[in-house]
Amino acid sequence: MTQLAKPIKRRRIKGDGAWGYAFIAVALVIFAMFTAYPVVSAFIISFQKYKPLGSTFVGFDNYIVTFKDALFWKSVVNTVVYTLLTVPVGLFISFAVAIMILPLRKKLQTTFKAVYYLPAVASGVALSVVWLWIYDPLPSGIFNQLLNFFGISNQNWLGSSATAMFSLVLMAWLSSHGTSIIIYLAALLGIDDSYYEAAELDGASFMKKLWYIVIPCLKPTTLFLLVTGVIGSFQVFQNAYLMTGGGPDNATTMVGLLIFNNAFKYFEFGKAAAQSLILAAIIAGIALAQFKFLGNDVEY
Amino acid sequence: MALYNNHSGKSAAKYTRNAVIIIVLVLFAMATLFPIYFMIISSFGDPVEAASMSYSLFPGKITFESYKFFFEYSKYSLRWLGNSTLVATAVMVSNVFFASLAGYAFSKLRFRGRNALFTLLLVAMMIPYQVTQVPLYILIVNIFEIQNTYSALILPGLVTVYNIFLAKQFMGSIPTEILECAKIEGCNQFQIYFRIVLPLSKTVLAVMAILTFMDSWNTFFWPFLVTNTMDMQTIQVGLKNFRFANTTYFAPMMAGATISALPMFILFFSLQKYFLKGVTVGAVKG
Repeated sequence: MTQLAKPIKRRRIKGDGAWGYAFIAVALVIFAMFTAYPVVSAFIISFQKYKPLGSTFVGFDNYIVTFKDALFWKSVVNTVVYTLLTVPVGLFISFAVAIMILPLRKKLQTTFKAVYYLPAVASGVALSVVWLWIYDPLPSGIFNQLLNFFGISNQNWLGSSATAMFSLVLMAWLSSHGTSIIIYLAALLGIDDSYYEAAELDGASFMKKLWYIVIPCLKPTTLFLLVTGVIGSFQVFQNAYLMTGGGPDNATTMVGLLIFNNAFKYFEFGKAAAQSLILAAIIAGIALAQFKFLGNDVEY
Repeated sequence: MALYNNHSGKSAAKYTRNAVIIIVLVLFAMATLFPIYFMIISSFGDPVEAASMSYSLFPGKITFESYKFFFEYSKYSLRWLGNSTLVATAVMVSNVFFASLAGYAFSKLRFRGRNALFTLLLVAMMIPYQVTQVPLYILIVNIFEIQNTYSALILPGLVTVYNIFLAKQFMGSIPTEILECAKIEGCNQFQIYFRIVLPLSKTVLAVMAILTFMDSWNTFFWPFLVTNTMDMQTIQVGLKNFRFANTTYFAPMMAGATISALPMFILFFSLQKYFLKGVTVGAVKG
């Protein structure tokens, strides 16, 4: 029996192997052409002065120029400031909202989830067009009217370097929390009731339960949201591009925008490729650091 | 027994607590929805220059003149919507088919190099898109010379690694016994995929289809880079052009923004379940 079964089994695995390659073929070709090749190509371009007909090899020039470029460092600082202001505060808001949604009835939970998620569905271009008018610098601008009500005078929100970054941050706070609220809520619903029951027998208060049960239990979720949030935030530049163009006086120029401008405004492909690889290295470093410092007791 | 006290017997305390919570949540919801509300309300205003008007949070009157103004700005306005629909649909269909096929192979079929290839895909997912942007642009424009075509808009998005990952995660939970039974009954692998795996994966495929369509519809930079005539642009690029050409026409700009966002709102409200599922499906079981 075993002798008979063996060759059949082997043939089956061999046959499946061919199917496996056939099934991934298209995906692999697309991946090789539009992701793998461009990554390799980016490395090559970063050592060149790019010209459509015959690029010239320039060694590490693009990297050296970048590291000496004050604007590059300014854009790194801007990106870090933007990330520090948006991601942790955004996570805190999302966490607080998820905690507040938790005791409500199922139907209300779904409604609130949908409401908070709605801005994520609208296109970034549409939202930036709307916010541009909300920040209208004239006294009749909606945001200025609101602040006048509280006795704060008119500001040229996007046009002055003191407030432009804050304006972009405020926009992020109010339009990009839907995803993390939903993820936090799912994680909150996944905490086993027995923890709370045990805590209640010991007479733990709401704040104690929050501190000793909820926050530790949600640590993997927080880490996930933090890492993806920071990675995403480091690449963000659509709002800056559409609303301020990086200005005024480069106060809102992020690394992503700088790379975009170098590539498609000045057509310095070599410099842009070098900067994009530096950005990739920074992102990889930050992600690793977050896992190292925050993830040591997180199980996956 | 949960995070919150039950206030058993003290229903007044419970109602007060919930009332306070709901008020806070509603206030925050109003702040979140305000830009969208403002956009839709303002789009019904007259198409006059902003200097001669004041913003109003409540519609004085409802007119569709601004929508007309937006569509009359370019004779291609309607075509932008068509282009967006065409590109998003093509990308969606191809992703659902090819990503699920690859996801099935990576989760259930054994072949040499499977794990190495999948790891390679996962690593590639971490690379910021700025890295591939420039070479991709050179590839499409200078090497393939297909800028300003539908191919340029569609090809790079045909299969995304994220979708393969999503499909693999989900299909990994299908019991292998079912697939083996089908094999003994004489199905080949394509029949197993088509007759058994696909029907069992309807939910994740729906999520994938919706999210892919939405991403493609909302994407701005790639179409902006590879199109250079108005007839090939998508609605997002068109809206941006409209904004720069008519910087003072407030209501028509809001009408344009509404037009670009409304299809996604409609999709969201009719398929809300899948949208909300889509948020957690890639994250929680990551």
